[in-house]
Amino acid sequence: MLTYIVRRILYSIPVLFFSTFFSFLFVSYAGNPVNLLRQNPRVPQSTIDHLIHQEHLDMPVIERYFYWLHDVFTDKLGKSLVTLQPIWPQVTRTMGHTAQFIIISEVLAIILGVAVGIFSAIRQYSVFDYLFTTISFLGFAMPTFWLALLLQIAFTDIFLHYDTRIFYTSGLNSLPGGPAWSWDRLQHLALPIATLCIISFALYSRYMRASMLDVINSDYVRTARAKGVSEWRVIMRHVFRNALIPITTVAALNFGALLGGAIVTETVFSLDGIGFWFVQALGALDLYEVMAYLFVTAIFVVVFNLIADILYGFLDPRIRYD
Amino acid sequence: MAPNDDSLFPTAQAVEGEVIAPEGSIAPLVDDTQAAGLDLKVRSQWSYARMRFFRHRLALIGLFGLVIIFGAGIVAGHVAPYGYADIDLEHILQGPTHAHYFGTDDLGRDQFTRVIWGIRTSMEVGVFVAFVSTFVGLVVGAIAGYYGGWLDNLLMRVTDLVLTLPLLAVLLTATRLLGQGSQWRVSLILVFFFWTGIARVVRGIYLSLREKEYVEAAKASGAGDARLMFRHILPNTLGPIVVNATLAVGTAILVEAALSFLGFGIKPPTPSLGVLVSDAQRNPNDWWLTVFPGLAIVAIVLCINFVGDGLRDALDPTQRRMRA
Repeated sequence: MLTYIVRRILYSIPVLFFSTFFSFLFVSYAGNPVNLLRQNPRVPQSTIDHLIHQEHLDMPVIERYFYWLHDVFTDKLGKSLVTLQPIWPQVTRTMGHTAQFIIISEVLAIILGVAVGIFSAIRQYSVFDYLFTTISFLGFAMPTFWLALLLQIAFTDIFLHYDTRIFYTSGLNSLPGGPAWSWDRLQHLALPIATLCIISFALYSRYMRASMLDVINSDYVRTARAKGVSEWRVIMRHVFRNALIPITTVAALNFGALLGGAIVTETVFSLDGIGFWFVQALGALDLYEVMAYLFVTAIFVVVFNLIADILYGFLDPRIRYD
Repeated sequence: MAPNDDSLFPTAQAVEGEVIAPEGSIAPLVDDTQAAGLDLKVRSQWSYARMRFFRHRLALIGLFGLVIIFGAGIVAGHVAPYGYADIDLEHILQGPTHAHYFGTDDLGRDQFTRVIWGIRTSMEVGVFVAFVSTFVGLVVGAIAGYYGGWLDNLLMRVTDLVLTLPLLAVLLTATRLLGQGSQWRVSLILVFFFWTGIARVVRGIYLSLREKEYVEAAKASGAGDARLMFRHILPNTLGPIVVNATLAVGTAILVEAALSFLGFGIKPPTPSLGVLVSDAQRNPNDWWLTVFPGLAIVAIVLCINFVGDGLRDALDPTQRRMRA
């Protein structure tokens, strides 16, 4: 097991290297980040020259990649080319906000999805099953941004008509601090959480249902029933626990993808998360911020892929890694 | 369920098992059954697939919906009551009425007309992306799976690289830098990231089928590489490919809508469904501007998923039947 983990980590180093290398080539090919500064009449030419020299912008792209890599490890992801601010504090701040609402919404979605998946499988083709099948099919077909907008419109309308604020539709906080601060934050996060939760719920409930049905039809469940184990015990001990194995993998992968990828939801609700930060950096063509984002999210994906594989091997002893 | 299901089995073996032959009867089958007065028809595997598809209720509903929606998109110029750029400043931001089914936007343009034209754009993007990426993925996957070697290695490493980065982020970067604005450039960029999925599926099937006895038999009777690849193995990959290509249309439409919504995809004045939702954010309180284009996306993708599920059941009888 340990050799497997070490080998996987060693393998992901070249993968990360090449994917950042190609992204760097690609992003720097797009445009000169200094052009924005040139358009600003208050920035003197000497500052620009200094910047070009300091950031090695007159060097070939390949050399600049290695300067960037050097910055990543010695200067914590380097500095923005547009605002000249260090990138690391921005990444940690936005990442914190993203993690807050991703964790809440994913935990909710997993609990709900697993519960609904179990009952749909036990009562296959019942009204309950059809109802939630319809809901999850809608969830698969629905663009995330549209669902987010619908929630936003609904709650803005409630506010306009009845003059009561239940949930806020953009931003993170309207209070600077104080005792009501956490409640205020929750009122802001509720709609983004609901959006992501519905989309992920569709996924988890379907997977859970399919995996429950797989296990229910297996031989060892028939054996358990044949030796007279009560139905409740069969479902809880034999079926449920084995059906959870595929879900852990799906959840780990989804989690890794979402930590960097709630771009749409964050943008709709103007949340100061890492996805929204990335969209703004991309709009401004801020090379180093875009690269920082791609680098951080690539690490998340690699790490959570690894976690998914390890969990799978740990939970299902039929899988052997050697 | 999952659109990128690698575990799809080839269609042929299972269907061959289903050819109706009375126990113990000896060939020639057709003549004997006629003579015995049994009303048996020898059916091809495609006619079995067709039968299974038309028995799938949701798939038929999906197909029917798609014909209507895409049909309206194809003849948009005839269906739409107004021109998509017709400005009518006396009727701006009106809710749905008989004159304007879906209301009007802040320039008095008819939203129903714009949704119809948006369907056309989104449909073109979806079908183009699915078609071209399936073709590319098929060729690359077949060669990689059949010959193996460096090409196979390269393909798998490229897919690994692409998988490291979140797709939406990569697509946003790519469209921001290369393809912003034009419908066809956005489509080409989508193709660039979509073909790897199909290539992986096709590769897997080729890897397992090239070891099969019937391929060996064909090889022994002198078939060349090209004949083995396209004549003997390719037909067995068609089931999964058709299913994947169908679902890819829906995925491409969803991704394009997200890109356009964020402002990095297709740009106005081309009315794609994502652009319409994005435009609507200038007047967020006029719900009809947001709701109707979004509903169109949901309807299209829902229908495509139903058809895809029906095709999977029809072409892939080895998979356990899952009633939706």
